[in-house]
Amino acid sequence: MTTLRFTKDHEWVRLDGDLAVVGITDYAQSQLGDVVYVELPEIGRRVEQGKEAAVVESVKAASEVYAPVSGEVAEVNEALAADPAMVNDDPMGDGWFLKLRIKDPKELDGLMDEAAYKRLVEEQS
Amino acid sequence: MRYLPLTDPDRQEMLAAIGVDSIDALFADVPHQARLDGLLDLPRTMGELEVERAISAMASRNLAAGSVPLFIGGGAYRHHIPATVDHLIQRGEFLTSYTPYQPEISQGTLQYLFEFQTQVALLTGMEVANASLYDGATACAEAVMMANRLTRRGQAILSGGLHPHYREACETYARFVGFEVAAQAPAPSGGEDLAGLIGRDTSCVVVQNPDFFGEIRDYSEFAPICHEAGALLVVVVTEILSLGAIRPPGEMGADIVAAEGQSIGNALNFGGPHLGLFASRDKFVRQMPGRLVGETVDADGRRGWVLTLSTREQHIRRERATSNICTNSGLCALAFTIHLALLGETGLVRLARLNHAAAVRLAERLERIPGVQLLNQAFFNEFALRLPRPVAPVVEALAEKGVLAGIPISRLYPDRPALADVLLVAATEMVTEEDIDRLDRELREVLS
Repeated sequence: MTTLRFTKDHEWVRLDGDLAVVGITDYAQSQLGDVVYVELPEIGRRVEQGKEAAVVESVKAASEVYAPVSGEVAEVNEALAADPAMVNDDPMGDGWFLKLRIKDPKELDGLMDEAAYKRLVEEQS
Repeated sequence: MRYLPLTDPDRQEMLAAIGVDSIDALFADVPHQARLDGLLDLPRTMGELEVERAISAMASRNLAAGSVPLFIGGGAYRHHIPATVDHLIQRGEFLTSYTPYQPEISQGTLQYLFEFQTQVALLTGMEVANASLYDGATACAEAVMMANRLTRRGQAILSGGLHPHYREACETYARFVGFEVAAQAPAPSGGEDLAGLIGRDTSCVVVQNPDFFGEIRDYSEFAPICHEAGALLVVVVTEILSLGAIRPPGEMGADIVAAEGQSIGNALNFGGPHLGLFASRDKFVRQMPGRLVGETVDADGRRGWVLTLSTREQHIRRERATSNICTNSGLCALAFTIHLALLGETGLVRLARLNHAAAVRLAERLERIPGVQLLNQAFFNEFALRLPRPVAPVVEALAEKGVLAGIPISRLYPDRPALADVLLVAATEMVTEEDIDRLDRELREVLS
């Protein structure tokens, strides 16, 4: 069974074997508007939960993408360099940002499940 | 609009908020001897004519660059500025040369800045250039910080051939921003092993070409050494006109070029305002500091200009911006753009040749003076001489005779006695045969 979790900063994280796939939510991409650039970390970099892991830039603003969990960057979505609009088109699928080799799966427990995240978005919008 | 100055209670309230007792306390970092205690001893009133006479008398005590044979360079060069430049920069269309806050309505300003960027990119052999920075020294420090961001490393190696003022600007930023600077000792005769210094934390190696002592070097083989070690090559150019004669840094594999553009279209201006040129590679553009003008089309498909990639900048990115620079040297950039457009490629190359020819004639003459030794293998319009005795008093004696002979290196490196007998001499197209005769004659006399 895959675990899908959300942060209050509108990142999602999905456990895929021992890797955690990270991206931004549909709500986040709709707030940002057209994404024009994504700055991804280099492979092997260690990121900490809640700290910057990537930067997403839209025609409106540039925002930090925070790591939902701590870990080492195992893979980044190279395709976003050529086609950053994938973040808008398919934020939860092809528009993923990076994969982390996670340090402590327990960190996922502190995050929201889909229902809780939906409530958060409803409160905010 | 009325201007409402602050009241004393306003001031007290602000001082209390930031936790200092007085406005003077804010100037604590300025050395005491550089501060003025009390008011200047000036008469309460004086007629305009009297003031003009008094000020002129004071000004005439200076030995002005334009009034005597001048051989001073060292990062600021006196070149001819065609009258057309001054005329055009004063046109109403360019009246506000500040980078606009509402860019779209200032298409004229954006267009010339776009042309300026294009000229700088072509001149340096790079792919992208910004709308200018304050001067070469701050451009150099910005280049180092950009390299730090790109490589996520924190140590810059500065060649000993880098202009000492540029080194100091880097060191100041380093102290307050928090990175490391490994500055090498000045070596007028070369022989630096920069490759051997590159370590795992080295973000960039900063070299200057021609270097501070005027020497021209080819960094084509050095660039890949930097890249293999994961470091960037920053090339500084303090005499931008040299690029009319020598290979541009872009062709040598530079990743960032930081340069001083004063030589084209701009006077010496007492050392500033000058014009910082900054160019890099396309792939690094997101980490570039400063304003950037881009070409686009409007709703009707007509060509137009915009400030682009502003998400790098302070007004959008706040403390995460690539730099605190949110303006440029607008008027100096305009003068540069106009002068370079007037010169064209052919004119630029010819002007560069005139400079080199003048410097070669000068070097050949001075080298024949007994005890004088030329330290350069290859130079553009500036070179270093070793004199048979300490240079500073010699330069003073020549100034007394009305010749500004160059820069005693000891003035910039007072703590290096080995350089006390080195003189830096520049010759631009402004130097006449009579000027060369004069320096030759007077220097012989002073040395004899």
